[in-house]
Amino acid sequence: MPYPTDYKYTKEHEWIKADGKSATIGITHHAQESLGDIVFVDLPKIGSEIAVGKAFGSVESVKAVSDLYAPVSGTVTEVNGDLATAPEKINKDAHSAWMIKITLKDPNELNALLPASDYEKFVAEEG
Amino acid sequence: MPAVEATTPVIRKTALYSVHRQMGAKMVEFNGWEMPVEYPSSGGIMAEHNAVRTSVGIFDVSHMGDIRLAGPEALAAVQHISMNDASRLSVGQAQYSALLYPQGTFVDDVIVHRLGEDEYLLVINAGTREKDFSWVRDNTRQFDCKVENLSDDYTQIAIQGPKGVNLLQKLTDADLSTVKFYWVTRGTVCGLKNILIARTGYTGEDGFEIYIPGDEETSVRVWNEILQAGKEFGAVPCGLGARNTLRLEAKLALYGHEISDTINVWEAGLDRFCRMEKSDFIGRAALEKAKAEGVTRALAGLEMIERGIARDGYRVLDQAGTPIGYVTSGSPAPFLKKNIALAYLPPKFVALGTELKVEIRGQGVKAVVVPTAFYKKPKKP
Repeated sequence: MPYPTDYKYTKEHEWIKADGKSATIGITHHAQESLGDIVFVDLPKIGSEIAVGKAFGSVESVKAVSDLYAPVSGTVTEVNGDLATAPEKINKDAHSAWMIKITLKDPNELNALLPASDYEKFVAEEG
Repeated sequence: MPAVEATTPVIRKTALYSVHRQMGAKMVEFNGWEMPVEYPSSGGIMAEHNAVRTSVGIFDVSHMGDIRLAGPEALAAVQHISMNDASRLSVGQAQYSALLYPQGTFVDDVIVHRLGEDEYLLVINAGTREKDFSWVRDNTRQFDCKVENLSDDYTQIAIQGPKGVNLLQKLTDADLSTVKFYWVTRGTVCGLKNILIARTGYTGEDGFEIYIPGDEETSVRVWNEILQAGKEFGAVPCGLGARNTLRLEAKLALYGHEISDTINVWEAGLDRFCRMEKSDFIGRAALEKAKAEGVTRALAGLEMIERGIARDGYRVLDQAGTPIGYVTSGSPAPFLKKNIALAYLPPKFVALGTELKVEIRGQGVKAVVVPTAFYKKPKKP
């Protein structure tokens, strides 16, 4: 599975696509594969703040609840409403099924994240 | 001071472990056993669950335990430790029951099979194998009866769903049309003679459980033959994930959740499997007393009416937000397409239609008490 090279990644299996002062966030293909069928997504409201490294919502499979961790800090500007009724879109294409869009609080935080090649290595080593 | 080394319990594997791995199953540790939780090649938990409801699914349930009681006083021994009335069993018949502590709480739930005139097989949970065997052995010494732990002797495979009978009939000379639900027979299965075939299961569907020799070679061969024979029905291997969602839809108890050593028979709502009028059994006196006193909590079925999934251990709240109970088992129900749960609540909250809340990540999310079982298999026309 090729991981988009214009995205950056976290060890908690989130992806982020930055575009100037905004960014789009989702979970990776590896994450949806580990979770299995996703049945529920709990996302923050527009206007709420997310803080780097802290949980901003959760994603649920049949068997388990997994927290979503903010790759960077920012303010939520859009939430993908499709995921409330069709969470399985994440399983179908995790890299297009975005969850939230934010304005970035500090674009420098992006430097701490993994490029696609490093994330792929990380996933391969995780086994 | 030398450090005291904690011994890590050994994780056990069934004889089909290599097959599960080969099929790419996601594995999980369950009560000391390394078991498949779902098979991506089957489509995952939801696809496995729905295969069982609409056609047939295959489960490795070899982690379950088996205790055989045989001898002139085998019936008396079973009657002493089991709450249901085994004297009502004909040879070849089975019943759901439980082993109780003197306090009327659960050692384990069990299926009691009468295999012969004086021969009974108790099939018990994986996590309670050793505890149950010790309990049965220690509490039946006074009876002229041999008690054997046969748990490691068998590979147990469950073939569950409306097409289960069609699938298994291809592999056996036993006439399955003569075997009613909760009855057993013996026959040749996949060339193996005298195999115990039970029309039992833990899914709320029709289906069978077969007990074959537990060696790896036989087990793998039979498993593969079952899957091959099942291809025309769309049979898929199913893991513990689907096993749990299926039993939850059917409101079947899971030890450590709906039943445990601190929950009694009346609270769990298992009255109809407890024959107080039969001869004395362990726990009977305590249950008499508990019946007279009345229950302080009862098991109820909940359906979420607002967005959210109730899960094991979540608190249940009344309309005012006061905690009143807890969820014993909760999950999405793949066939019913709802989010359901079982919960222990004070009796005044268990009336059908009572609106409550489940505390999910700090928020009270609306739920309603519904009739159980949530799912009942369609009656055959």
